[in-house]
Amino acid sequence: MDFTRRNILALGSGAFAVVTFTGMPAFASKTDDAIAAFTGGADVTEGGIDLTAPEIAENGNTVPVAVSAPGALSIMLLATGNPTPSVATFNFGPLAGARRGSTRIRLSKTQDVVAIAKMEDGTFYRAGATVKVTIGGCGG
Amino acid sequence: MAKGVKPRVKVPKTAAAGEVITIKTLISHKMESGVRKDGDGNVIPRSIINRFVADFNGQNVIDVTLQPAISTNPYFQFDAMVPEAGEFKFTWYDDDGSVYETSKKIKIA
Repeated sequence: MDFTRRNILALGSGAFAVVTFTGMPAFASKTDDAIAAFTGGADVTEGGIDLTAPEIAENGNTVPVAVSAPGALSIMLLATGNPTPSVATFNFGPLAGARRGSTRIRLSKTQDVVAIAKMEDGTFYRAGATVKVTIGGCGG
Repeated sequence: MAKGVKPRVKVPKTAAAGEVITIKTLISHKMESGVRKDGDGNVIPRSIINRFVADFNGQNVIDVTLQPAISTNPYFQFDAMVPEAGEFKFTWYDDDGSVYETSKKIKIA
């Protein structure tokens, strides 16, 4: 078969798709490992957390994120697409007025931000938000 | 020790007993993530604040574990319950072992 320009382009994009697909599980498992380390393998229920993150972040170096989970003992924040998915863990003490916290985080690229909350009764809840990043914030 | 580290904290001067107040904290710190490279392609070693603790009269309010994905000049906003007059104590722990502290008094009005 003749390699026309169109064929080569098609081949190229096919190869690209394979690379991205094989690349995905590596990130996913890193995140899953971090979640498993936090929950100890317990079941995680969707919902129960209020995660506020911008839909589009122009600068990935400083993305404002707020989490709130009534009745939570601690909340872990994860950025699934970062070289290291862990971002921060908030542990609430007896004088915490509300189980919420906000901070500014770095995101290397467009990705999902995930929050896992550990409740007082030992259950775990999860919430996620996709943030589009225009300029990545991990240097390199 | 990282240079130019300066903690800044915003706490109301007075509160009603049992009131929930919002506290904002910021500390100037470059939070070098350990994945960036310098002009010659060498990795710049990680240098971050890895823990932040806020206490009121010896009781814990919040204890945050920080990873390199926290932005330069780590900022936190959180809520605290004020049962009585006293002092908030804020502590940041640096990777290099330095500890930065600041405190704020609050009165009951």
